[in-house]
This record gives sequence, structure tokens and C-alpha cells, in this order.
Amino acid sequence: MKLTGSKILLECLQREGVDTVFGYPGGTVINIYDDLMDSPIKHILTRHEQAAVHAADGYARATGKVGVAIATSGPGATNTITGIATAYMDSIPLVVISGQVPTPLIGNDAFQEADIIGITRPITKHNFLVRDVKDLATIMKKAFYIARTGRPGPVVIDLPKDIQLATAKFEYPETVELRGYKPTYSGNVRMVEKAAAMILAAKKPVIYVGGGATLTDAHAELKQLAEMIQAPVTTTLMGMACFPKRHPLSLGMLGMHGTYYANMAVTNSDLLIALGARFDDRVTGKIATFAPHAKIIHVDIDPTSIKKNVRVDLPIVGDLRDVLTKLLKELGEHAEEVTKQGDRLKPWLEEIADWRRQQPMSYVPSKTEIKPQFVIEKLRELSSDDAIVTTEVGQHQMWAAQFFDFVQPRTFLSSGGLGTMGFGLPAALGAQAAFPKRQVIDISGDGSFQMNSQELATLVQYRLPVKIVILNNNFLGMVRQWQQLFFNKRYSQTCMELPIDFVKLAEAYGATGLRAGKPEEVEEVIRKAFATKGPVIMEFKISREENVLPMVPAGASLNEMVLAS
Amino acid sequence: MKHTISVLVENEFGVLARVAGLFSGRGFNIESLSVAPTLDPSISRMTIVTSGDDRILEQINKQLNKLIDTIKVIDFTGEEFIERELCMIKVTAEDDTRAEVLRICDIFRGKVVDVTPKCYVIEVTGAPAKINAIIELLRPMGIKELVRSGPVALGRGPKGWRSND
Ligand SMILES: Cc1cc2nc3c(=O)[nH]c(=O)nc-3n(C[C@H](O)[C@H](O)[C@H](O)COP(=O)(O)OP(=O)(O)OC[C@H]3O[C@@H](n4cnc5c(N)ncnc54)[C@H](O)[C@@H]3O)c2cc1C
Ligand SMILES: Cc1ncc(C[n+]2csc(CCOP(=O)(O)OP(=O)(O)O)c2C)c(N)n1
Ligand SMILES: [Mg+2]
Repeated sequence: MKLTGSKILLECLQREGVDTVFGYPGGTVINIYDDLMDSPIKHILTRHEQAAVHAADGYARATGKVGVAIATSGPGATNTITGIATAYMDSIPLVVISGQVPTPLIGNDAFQEADIIGITRPITKHNFLVRDVKDLATIMKKAFYIARTGRPGPVVIDLPKDIQLATAKFEYPETVELRGYKPTYSGNVRMVEKAAAMILAAKKPVIYVGGGATLTDAHAELKQLAEMIQAPVTTTLMGMACFPKRHPLSLGMLGMHGTYYANMAVTNSDLLIALGARFDDRVTGKIATFAPHAKIIHVDIDPTSIKKNVRVDLPIVGDLRDVLTKLLKELGEHAEEVTKQGDRLKPWLEEIADWRRQQPMSYVPSKTEIKPQFVIEKLRELSSDDAIVTTEVGQHQMWAAQFFDFVQPRTFLSSGGLGTMGFGLPAALGAQAAFPKRQVIDISGDGSFQMNSQELATLVQYRLPVKIVILNNNFLGMVRQWQQLFFNKRYSQTCMELPIDFVKLAEAYGATGLRAGKPEEVEEVIRKAFATKGPVIMEFKISREENVLPMVPAGASLNEMVLAS
Repeated sequence: MKHTISVLVENEFGVLARVAGLFSGRGFNIESLSVAPTLDPSISRMTIVTSGDDRILEQINKQLNKLIDTIKVIDFTGEEFIERELCMIKVTAEDDTRAEVLRICDIFRGKVVDVTPKCYVIEVTGAPAKINAIIELLRPMGIKELVRSGPVALGRGPKGWRSND
């Protein structure tokens, strides 16, 4: 059976189990859009290509599946760049399909031509320009395989218009053969044995969990390990929801805005067990003084993550779930020592409990002003355990990370690596499209919200009942905080001089707008919003110059924190 | 310290840009890079001369391996290998220096590949140090132009690398 390129593309998407795609039409993808009308695949029309990619990203983060976005050539494709870079930095599996001018015109500065393969090369795991319709099915198969396996990441497929029109026999390959790409899944058993021995010899171990645990859904194994060896667990922003914060062994987040006790524990530890984390500079602070007494075990599927920033005593390349399963088995064979270890760690856990008593995660409550932390706590209290929270970037993001007690994996979707303002709303859109029945909440700031606020239209059109929380300080708060602390309170260009009426904005799009100006109104607004069927903006006028604390100033050591009190 | 690395890559559109972009994007040095297809036309072989400390070298190796189009990375550091470079030198050769240029060329087992009344083009191959040496000797004669291919390298001994191994 011969099919056109555009039909082959849609067939391939179906074979890959894609039910929803996000995109925006234009001249070089018009054939694909025409064929979409006859396809069972659901297409969601965002109001900006950047949002289409973030939505596909949110969909992928929430489900673990590959997210798919489509954009036209030239400006459509260049609009996807921030979305692609965001996914790349956080290792999110995406396939982004861009239209391209017809092959004979490539390189001629044709209308709406941009070298998207060249532009996206450093921000994709891989990219493909399709130059023959006969290759299309194989390229699709490879793209999905590359996006989802190993360390996941975005893959771009650039599809010229003439290839979409050309025909070829359609056959979807059953297998992929990439001689240059063979990710290591299985952790080396000898290394795992060594890790077990190091764990049993440690007196002050800390488990440091990153996004790798989220990506491979290793939360169950992680919990088992922590409980088995009675070691405290700290997570990065990306590992956040993998270990329930209310667990007695949880230290919450580490790093720049991590808890005092997590950072003290890491600084004083004698063994750091890094699981799918990449020692980001927001986490380590000053490298020279990072975990100075600790031996480091580093489990990661990507060899480049290992020894990139810190020295490592025991590297284990492999899939975290595989390694943890082997490690649990190995430790299980030393049951007696493991039990003794649990007893031996008691003084360590006591030491940590002391730090926690000295500096718990806290804020100064207020009866007159709405404290952002209070809003976050209320949101947690009033939402269900499986509610998905997305964030934008800024103070509100950090408050969400600090004060929302996540209990289930894949319920916290945040742009960590690139730190993209404008990510949260479209990501929430994508997550809600994947889970129409679950609560999806975008925790936003007044600045970030305006970077993709047009997506309110998409929410309303597709009846995606995302609840948007704007913690409105009328500031680019995170930058203002730095200016306050390190630039002598010179608030250069961080005050949003024009107050926006977010309630009216919601109404303009046909959504619901609610506002709270006093602490006593907070709960009612949240309850009302959760009881409302469609999308809602909840605007909270928060205490304007509230800071995110504790904080490790840039370049300082983890134990040199600016504390809350 | 200098390092010579061979990278076997898919002989595909854009691969050179991927490798070059990797080096520039991550701030790694490239002193030279040469590339051409292998016996198997679907594979190209790049020889890259780079420099950096051990940590950087480790990253360079790992990052090259990480590219989907990379089939194999051979780092010659600490190995026995042969390194050869081709150089063509257009050097002034007038009455008083003509004989001397030829003598130098001979000593280095070079070949004169183009002759005009006032100049020669000399072709010479060898390890980069040898090329440096002939250049230094010819420099006083007046080098009008020169081109170096950058080294290519192969491990010593019977062990070889082929795509189906
Ligand atoms: C304003 C702001 C403030 C921030 N402050 C903090 C902070 O205080 N603390 C903090 O932690 N972060 C903070 N971040 C986020 C930070 O920038 C990084 O994004 C984050 O620390 C990286 O998390 P990670 O190490 O878990 O790596 P990720 O980016 O999640 O990387 C995952 C790692 O796991 C590996 N991996 C993937 N799949 C597998 C698998 N199957 N098996 C094994 N390994 C796998 C990958 O190779 C990679 O090395 C902040 C961000 C912003 C925007
Ligand atoms: C696209 C983009 N531009 C600029 C920044 C730099 N930046 C980081 S946080 C921030 C302020 C965010 O303001 P807002 O969304 O109101 O959040 P707040 O910090 O006030 O809670 C800025 C400008 C960024 N992260 N992303
Ligand atoms: Mg703000």
C-alpha cells in the first residue's frame, strides 16, 4: 500500500500509541493538518508553538510517555526552541515535528525557511531531516526510540513539504538498529556489591535522589532502600515527588533553596548515594566544599553525568531501577548486617533531627497579609493526593517546592534545568489533556503567567479545567530578591508597574477569575475554584517583598545558608 | 596535554556539524580535525587532536560517545600509535636558494610537486613534529603559502577495528 508522507507520519504516530498531539498549523504542514481531520489522533491547537511544546512536555512528564508537538517551518519552528531546550535540560522525551520548505528550495532563503536542524542540534538528543519519503517510517521509529530510551530527551524531525506529498510503500519497522546508540541499562553487579559494602560501612549516609528516579519510576525501590538501610533521603527539584516528604526519613529538597537540615546532612555525611541526579550547581553550591567528608556513589544512565562536576568514588552506569533492584537483593543477602546498620545510624538520624529542630522549614505567618507559603499549604490541604502541580519559574516555584508536600511521583512538573518562565500553564494544559479527571494546578507568578497567558484560550476551548494560582507580588520576585540581598535594594526593572486585573483577564477568555486580598479569603477562594468546573484563575495578592528562604548565596557552600530566622 | 582521538561516525548529513558543535558548545579545544570515509562507505573516520586535563578528556570521550551517530571513539592516549600529517608548502626558490630548498626537501623525504622559475611546491608527510621541523627550515627561504591536513592516526600492531567486529 502506497501512502503519502503526511499519511505515513500519522500512521507512525498511531503505531507509537500517540493519542494526543499539540501543535499549530501553517503552510508547510497544511497537508498533515488536512490528513489529521481523518485521523483518530486528537490535536490540541495551542495559541503559540512554544506552548505546544511545553504542553507535549507536560503530557510526557505526567504520563511517562513521549510527548508530540507539530509546528510549521520558519517562525513556527523557531517558536518551538524554548520548549525544546526546556525538555532537553530536564531529559524529557519529546518528538517535535516541524514542516520544512520543499527540498529543492532548502538553502535558498525560501519563504519561511529556517535551518531548524542546525538551530536545534545542541538542544536535542538527536534530530533528523527527512530527505526521502522512503526513510520516513524508519526515522519515526528511530525518533521515538531515541526520545524514550536511555537518558530521555527531545528529538526533532524536520519534514519538507514535498516529502509529505511524495508517496511510498508504508511499512512500520518492528525493530530499530542504531549501531552508535546502545544505552546501558544493566548495572554492573560487582559495582553494586561494592556499593552495598560501602553502604554497610557508612555511619552518616545520605541518599540524594534526582530526576532520574522520576524518569524511570523508581519510587517504590527507592522507598524500600531508604527504609531498609534507614538512611535519610533528600531530593533535587526534579526528584521532588519520588519520595513522600512526610516520610520520617525525608529531608526535603537540598541545594540553593533546600532545607537547612538536608544541606547540613549532605555537608556532614560520610557517604553520598546519588541516584539519577547530576550534581547541578544549584545543588552543590561551591564545589570545593561540597560534601567534603563523603565518599560518593553515583548511579546514572548517562556516563557524561558522572564525574562531570564532582569526583566520584564508585560510578555505576545503568538504569536506576535495575541498579536499585540489584542493590536491594544484595543488601537482602546481608540481612543481619543491614539490621545492625539501622541501629548504628540512629545517632546520625538524631543529629539530623537536631538540625531540623533548630531550623525547620518555616515562615512568619501573618494575620493581615497573605503569605505565599500559607497559600501553598492550603492548596495541599484542599487538593487530592494525586493532584498534578506545575509551576512557572521564580519565587512561587520555590515556595511550591518547599511547602507543597508531594506524595505521588510525577505530580510535580517544573522547569528545573532551563528555568523557563511560561512553562507552567502550557505544561498544565498538557497534563490535563492526559488526565482529564485529575486536579491539575499551575502555581504561577504574575510575571511568568504573562509569558504564555494566551493559553487560557486553549484551556477554555478544550474544556481543560486547569486551576491557575497566581501568587501576585507585582514583582519579578526572584530577581527582586537578589537585588534586595546582593544589589543594595536597587530594584532595576523588576517592579511590574502596571497592575493587571487577572480576574478580568480570565473572564475575557471565558474562564473564571477569583481573587483573595486577605488571609481569611484564601481558603474560600481555593474551595470555590476546586468546585468550579472549568479553568479558573485564583489571584492571591501576597506580601510583596517576601523572600524565599533559606538560601545558599551563589558561589557559597551549602552550610553557609541565609536562614529564615 | 595533547591528545589524538579517532571517531568513527555514521557517514551522514550533518555529522561533522554535530561533532564540531559539541566541541565549540562545551568549550573543548580542537587543534585539528580531519575526516573522510572509511573502507565501509557508510562510516566516516575523524581524527581529532585536542587538549585538556584528564577530567576534560574524559568528558570529551564520553560526550563523543553520547552522539547517536558515533559508532566508536578510539582514544590513543597511552597507546602505541602512528600519526601522520600531509603538508604542502609553496616556497620561494630563486637562484641562490634553489639548491638549498631541494636539499632540505630531500632530507625530509619530501617531493617537489610543482615547479616554476621562482618557486617550488613541496609535499611532505610525517609526524607533526617532522612537519614543524621542515617548516622551520624552509621559513628563512620564504614560504608563500602552506597547507596542513592535520594528523590522521592508526594504532600499531595487528589489532584493527572494522564496523562488523
Ligand atoms: C529558580 C530555580 C531555583 C532552583 N533551586 C534548586 C534547588 O535549590 N535545589 C535543587 O535541587 N534544584 C534547584 N533547581 C533546579 C536545578 O536547576 C536543576 O534542574 C536540578 O537540580 C537538577 O536535578 P537533577 O540533578 O535531579 O537532574 P535532572 O536534570 O533531573 O537529571 C536527571 C539525571 O538522571 C539521569 N537519568 C535519567 N534517566 C535515568 C535512569 N533511567 N536511570 C538512572 N539515571 C537516569 C540523567 O542522566 C541525569 O543525569 C532550581 C531551578 C530554578 C529554576
Ligand atoms: C524566560 C525567562 N526570562 C527570564 C528569566 C529570569 N527570571 C527568573 S525568575 C524571574 C521572575 C519571575 O517573576 P514571577 O513570575 O512574577 O515570579 P515571582 O518570582 O515573583 O514569584 C525572572 C525574570 C527566566 N527564568 N525565564
Ligand atoms: Mg511575581
